[in-house]
Amino acid sequence: MPVDCAFETTIERVSILDEHGVFDESMGEGLIPDADVVALYRHMTMCRHFDEIAFKLQRSGRMGTYPENRGQEATSLGAAYALEDSDWLVTCYRENAGLFWRGVDPEKILLHWMGDERGNHIPVKATPLAIPIGTQMLHAAGLAWASKYRGDGGIACTFFGDGATSEGDFHEAMNFSANLDLPVVFVCQNNSWAISVPTKIQCSAPTIAQRGLAYGMHSVQVDGNDLFAMVKVVRDAADRARTENRPTFIEAITYRLGDHTTADDARRYRDQAEVDAWKGRDPMIRLRNWLEHRDLWDENQEQAQRAENEATVSSIVKRAEGIEPPTTDDIFNWMYADTPPVLEAQRQSMRTSSLGQGITGA
Amino acid sequence: MANLTLVQAINLALAQELEKDDRVLILGEDVGANGGVFRATEGLHERFGGDRVVDTPLAESGIIGTAIGLAMGGLRPVPEIQFEGFLGPAYDQLCTHAGRMRSRTRAGLTVPMTVRVPVGGGIHAPELHSDSPEAIYSHNPGIKVVMPSSPYDAKGLLISAIRDPDPVIFFEPKRIYRAFREEVPEDEYTVPIGKARVVREGGDMTMVSWGATVLQCMNAIEASGSDIELIDLRTINPLDMDTVATSVRKTGRAVIVHEAPMTCGVGAELSARIMEQCFLHLQAPVQRVTGFDTLMPYYKLELEYLPDAERIGKAIAETAAY
Repeated sequence: MPVDCAFETTIERVSILDEHGVFDESMGEGLIPDADVVALYRHMTMCRHFDEIAFKLQRSGRMGTYPENRGQEATSLGAAYALEDSDWLVTCYRENAGLFWRGVDPEKILLHWMGDERGNHIPVKATPLAIPIGTQMLHAAGLAWASKYRGDGGIACTFFGDGATSEGDFHEAMNFSANLDLPVVFVCQNNSWAISVPTKIQCSAPTIAQRGLAYGMHSVQVDGNDLFAMVKVVRDAADRARTENRPTFIEAITYRLGDHTTADDARRYRDQAEVDAWKGRDPMIRLRNWLEHRDLWDENQEQAQRAENEATVSSIVKRAEGIEPPTTDDIFNWMYADTPPVLEAQRQSMRTSSLGQGITGA
Repeated sequence: MANLTLVQAINLALAQELEKDDRVLILGEDVGANGGVFRATEGLHERFGGDRVVDTPLAESGIIGTAIGLAMGGLRPVPEIQFEGFLGPAYDQLCTHAGRMRSRTRAGLTVPMTVRVPVGGGIHAPELHSDSPEAIYSHNPGIKVVMPSSPYDAKGLLISAIRDPDPVIFFEPKRIYRAFREEVPEDEYTVPIGKARVVREGGDMTMVSWGATVLQCMNAIEASGSDIELIDLRTINPLDMDTVATSVRKTGRAVIVHEAPMTCGVGAELSARIMEQCFLHLQAPVQRVTGFDTLMPYYKLELEYLPDAERIGKAIAETAAY
């Protein structure tokens, strides 16, 4: 036969708890212990409240630009829940839920957006928020490589948006991970929009998941607003990474319910009808319905949780706003392990001379 | 002691650090069985295995980006970029991540990585194989930039770079990879980063250079018969201004020589600092002998472009006569 099929495959789409409350018991039953589902839901409500308060802090002039997380909580939370504390989380900037679950103090995230570098000092296995799009996946590949090299059993899970899959570094990270057998889990949060640019400008294939196939790695699409499905696919990917040193690409379909950041106005480029439709697929609401349906949650608990969230977030804000201001020495102190003389001279001259560092050695 | 070329000294430093510290690993294009296009990693793959000396996909940003991850993960990666002309794709990873990680995480995560890069002209190489981008990377905070001019310094500086807690770009002047041999101790030793070397003492004038042009400066000084103090900067960032300023205050005259283009070159920074720190001692304007603000010409004209003993000699004569 002169023309034959060289390669054929399919991409699975995983959904366990859908937006209508339909629950796939074959995959979902026993996947997460009931007590953990309650804890994850409670955590999600706290993150949602934190998000609302962060937005208000910006609007009232108490904080700088902030990217709302609203609507995407299940993606990073499901991943963080499925992973071990010894695994690296390599995030961009819309993964508060996963980072807080891992143990990052929410105060640190507020500090970051308040323009304070101390917010990036996070004593868990997570890299700081990555502002330049699509560059952090290579760090995940390197961190996973270091774990593999040492044989410590750790893996790395990295998060990025659909827009980031247009960046060259994304492709290099995928290629390195596949060809060098690195234990990485790539989680693409396809939230439909890269600020104002829709996904179709980033990728004209029917799925972004196909990009993973092109690099010879297992690829799967998942309902990113379905906490159960996220836990399942990340757990499977983590097993594959740990046992086979093979990376996995996960395309998590989600939606950014808010603006890109507080500096953005999404009404300029997308229809309200689209936003309203996605509000019906909210990851938090469907989880609450599932819990109530199973008598694991009720309105009284919901009221109590709201009160608890208000107290929790209020205390977080107090701590972030109450921290002593950074000193000007902090500009210099952390550039190198040992501050070189030329920098030391600049640090001294900042206090002593309006002429900058000149004259000092004359 | 062994009588080694500069590239052999680099190979020895790499072998000794691989032997001493299992956190050290080499990665890059053709660094494995091929031993690198300049043979700097020759024999290392065979001796230390494919987990320690790793051939990667052909992607410079990928090499540096994964090396940053390896370093944050507790290792001491030594990535090689094949030629300085191909360092550009990794600029983003170097400057937006490697140089910033320590400060932005308040030392929670650090990047002890040494990026080895052959640099400069003079070997009749193809286009984009002969540039001198040391100023570009020295302008970016958080990255140390080193360039040896001798086999002895190459070995000692490379060992220092690999052991340094911060990212270092280690530029290797390819024109002198095999230009001459020098006695190099077989035992390990370090040459400190951030310290210039007085190659030759003198009282009439100070000459500052680094990399392959140090040799051209020596030739010019010998031809001139003048009593010139020659300083090899060795580290471009951070600058050892104490050594330079002490010398200029003694001699009152300074000539700076580098291969890179003149505008915003490291010579401009040195000249400004000499003016700031030695103004009342100067008896002549600081002179620069540099490449031109043009493309590095293709190799039929490269020797016209590179500072040579004749051009340096003119600067010596003009500065002395001022």
